Amino acid sequence: METLDMPETSEITEALWTPVCKYTELEPGRGVAALVGGAPVALFRLGDGSLHAVGNLDPFSGASVISRGITGMRADGTATVASPMYKDVFDLATGVALDAPEVRLPVYAVRRHRGTVWVGPDVTSVSDKDAELLTMATSAV
Amino acid sequence: MVAHRFVSSLLEHAQDDGRPAPAVTVFGAEDRPAYDRVRLSSWFDDRDPAGLHLDPYPDGAVEVVAPATVASVDREAQTVTTADGAVRSYDTLVLATGSRPFVPPVEQHQAPGCFVYRTLDDVEAIAAYADGRATGVVVGGGLLGLEAAKALTSLGLQTSVVEFAPRLMPLQVDDGGAAALQARIAELGVNLLTGTRLDRVLVDDAGVACAVQAIRGEEAVTVEADIVVFAAGVRPEDSLARAAGLDVGERGGIVVDKLCRTSDERIYAIGECALAADGRVYGLVAPGYQMAEAAAAHIAAESEGRAFTGADTSTKLKLLGVEVASFGDAFGAAEGSMAATYSDSRRRVYRKLTIAPDGRLLGGILVGDAEDYGTLRALVGEQPPAAPEQLLLPAGAAGAVSIGPAGLPDAAVLCSCHNVTKGAICTAIHDLAEKSDAEVTPKQVGLCTKAGTGCGSCVTSIKSLIKSSGSGGSSGLCEHFTQSRSELYTIIRRDRITTFAELLAKHGAAAQAQGQRAVNDGCDICKPAVGSILASLGGLLAEAAGTGRKPHVLDGGQAALQDTNDHVLANLQRNGSYSVVPRIPGGEITPDKLIVIGEVARDFGLYTKITGGQRIDLFGAQMADLPKIWRRLVDAGFESGHAYGKALRTVKSCVGSTWCRYGVQDSVKMAIDLELRYRGLRAPHKIKMAVSGCARECAEAQSKDVGVIATERGWNLYVGGNGGARPRHADLLATDLDDDALIRTIDRFLALYIAEADRLERTATWVERYEGGLDRLRSVLIDDAEDRGADLEALIAAHIDAYTDEWRAVLDDPVKLARFATFVNAPDAPDPTVAFVPERGQIKPLLTLGRR
Repeated sequence: METLDMPETSEITEALWTPVCKYTELEPGRGVAALVGGAPVALFRLGDGSLHAVGNLDPFSGASVISRGITGMRADGTATVASPMYKDVFDLATGVALDAPEVRLPVYAVRRHRGTVWVGPDVTSVSDKDAELLTMATSAV
Repeated sequence: MVAHRFVSSLLEHAQDDGRPAPAVTVFGAEDRPAYDRVRLSSWFDDRDPAGLHLDPYPDGAVEVVAPATVASVDREAQTVTTADGAVRSYDTLVLATGSRPFVPPVEQHQAPGCFVYRTLDDVEAIAAYADGRATGVVVGGGLLGLEAAKALTSLGLQTSVVEFAPRLMPLQVDDGGAAALQARIAELGVNLLTGTRLDRVLVDDAGVACAVQAIRGEEAVTVEADIVVFAAGVRPEDSLARAAGLDVGERGGIVVDKLCRTSDERIYAIGECALAADGRVYGLVAPGYQMAEAAAAHIAAESEGRAFTGADTSTKLKLLGVEVASFGDAFGAAEGSMAATYSDSRRRVYRKLTIAPDGRLLGGILVGDAEDYGTLRALVGEQPPAAPEQLLLPAGAAGAVSIGPAGLPDAAVLCSCHNVTKGAICTAIHDLAEKSDAEVTPKQVGLCTKAGTGCGSCVTSIKSLIKSSGSGGSSGLCEHFTQSRSELYTIIRRDRITTFAELLAKHGAAAQAQGQRAVNDGCDICKPAVGSILASLGGLLAEAAGTGRKPHVLDGGQAALQDTNDHVLANLQRNGSYSVVPRIPGGEITPDKLIVIGEVARDFGLYTKITGGQRIDLFGAQMADLPKIWRRLVDAGFESGHAYGKALRTVKSCVGSTWCRYGVQDSVKMAIDLELRYRGLRAPHKIKMAVSGCARECAEAQSKDVGVIATERGWNLYVGGNGGARPRHADLLATDLDDDALIRTIDRFLALYIAEADRLERTATWVERYEGGLDRLRSVLIDDAEDRGADLEALIAAHIDAYTDEWRAVLDDPVKLARFATFVNAPDAPDPTVAFVPERGQIKPLLTLGRR
């Protein structure tokens, strides 16, 4: 098994994780914005039940609107969100803009615990794959 | 055309063999370059003869002598002499003299007002003569006669067709096919007299044609006719050959062998003037081309490889908007043959296939729905891949099997005019796709292979092959749906699908291609498009559900489909704030309401600007403030307006007859009525309307999707106008309508647009590409030619019944209201990225990034 470059379990404390809302408050495919440590975060629950958290600021316009975008899925299974401003499409797992790979949204770890959705540390710097695994791993907590 | 083809082929042979081209002289009786006689009627579309011209010969390759009639041939001396006495010698002579129209020798058949229908001169003369005249009769109800009837109808004449046989197109279709065809054509207002023999042309005191007398059964009928067009068949033009002593058939036609040589081996005859080796005279272009190829191959290369021993007389054409096709053994003449028939007299569709006892397909007749003609024709002689009854069902019917050209063997001939196989077409598509990334078009395929450049009936099949090769502009909406928007509309309406998830699961691309990874979400292309369709059909779907609930675009799962502005029912601006545009129907507003708008703008600190659509736009609202602003507006009797989204925007108006000294109708009232009728109606794209109170047109209605201009007697209705980057003047659809007829016609227009346009296609483009053009659109909308008027009106009626103030509905629904919180965990915190600076006494966005 690959090693996850993620914080030690002991480090996943209340201080690193912010409770944001109830899972049932999230409507499939329709995002919400949340303030996490002063930063605007776009939070999505997709049709398959999975959770994604990325930065809410659209890097192409500077407006805080990503949470109002339309989610999607490419044929290879990549989950996406399209900014409502100029319709740029971002990979929800990595934050990368599909048509401009040098631009990316911050990606946050997110988990569901006893009906509450928690947004965790910024994991953008972690490798793409690990970010995805981190999200999955922590959802199971 | 056949001569042109022969010469082109002869030159190609020389080029292929690297020999100098032979010296070719072409004599033509008409004072025009070679043109496409098959499409003669299309001259009436734009009256531009150049549009019909065939490709000119390469410079200097051919001497064309025209107009010049060849008067005689001296076979001994090997010369031809023209009517003006010029003499030319020949090594080889090719006769491609075509045919002459057959005019029944009735009394007064040469009176002024009598015409034939064969050349560009004929159609120009008919058009000139028809100007200012009211009635026309076409003698002959075959292919040519119906073309002529279409021409007369398009010239605005009340048209009758007199046909001796008991049915139309007796050579191509059987009784069942003719019944469907006749029903459709009668709907278009053409008076059909079958089983009727022309007796004489009647003339007025000046000797000019004014009517025809005909005999129907025992009874004589008189039909008014300011113009009479004879289109009762043709006879081979073989007089030159007869005079030269060449063998001709008993019933005409120059006798030729399978290499198209006449009884003089230095002389060939090709096309309609020739009596082919199989004893038939062919009046279609495809066999003519084959004869041209046979003769050219033999003359250029002494090759007998293209010998002409007979041809398929399959045809597909569109007559007066009705598709008619007949192919192979259409009448089941072969011994032991059986037939399977599908007939729908309501939709006026008739389809028949004839089948050999061993199951091979022999031929068929298709009327009203001939989409798959290319495929079926190519299957003649083969065992079809599905049961005949399945092939007969119309596309979309349960149990119907559409095989499509992709399922054909490579050897199947798709283009019979140029004898091009499916394999050759696929190779060309593949090669074109390799060469460039651009879409492959049927035109490019035509340039490479000639396929589709003859009668054009195989172009549909070529398009389909391009699509299945993945090299062309697919009509599919996006990677999630192979269907077009219009097809999805039909599916959703038919199956009463109410959610995107259900549509994706049942009809998505992944659902159809088994074994692929499950794709359980769409994208920002298909989701808003489907959201729009669900909203357009919201009224009908709610009616069907019978719960009495008013649908809303932000209901449940539909909320996640809405694009940018519809997402929050306001216009997103560049810094993430929104603008609100209260509805002001027709631009009419009381001072008190105007004051309320001012107060709302002042209290919420909004930038205020008058719009081009006679409204007031309030900018700079935070998302969380939207419900508060709506509350103020609702309390004052406003609703916020659809200044966003793909829906009706505004109905602009001038002041009309109430105040204006020149107005002839109350344009303001009509504009208000229209705006309140269609508000909230979701469509493929935005819809703008305007109403002008007189012909001065102050409301600029002709630049709108729907424009209404008052007349002394009612309203003129214009459709398909556009401003913006690609301005287009609207087309006049109907004149002098009363209020009810105006509204009924707009209802149908909008409902048809919603049903059939592509995603993000404005009415201007849709009207421009409407199959059959404006005339057809008019007959569908006004004469209800397709019997869908009630269906179309039902959509609008259901929309009106189901309409609610969308913004007020949000205020009344805690679930929807909660979505307007800035942050889910800090609902009242302002969005720190939305900030403003002052400019000219108001606010403007403080931007953190430059312009994109």
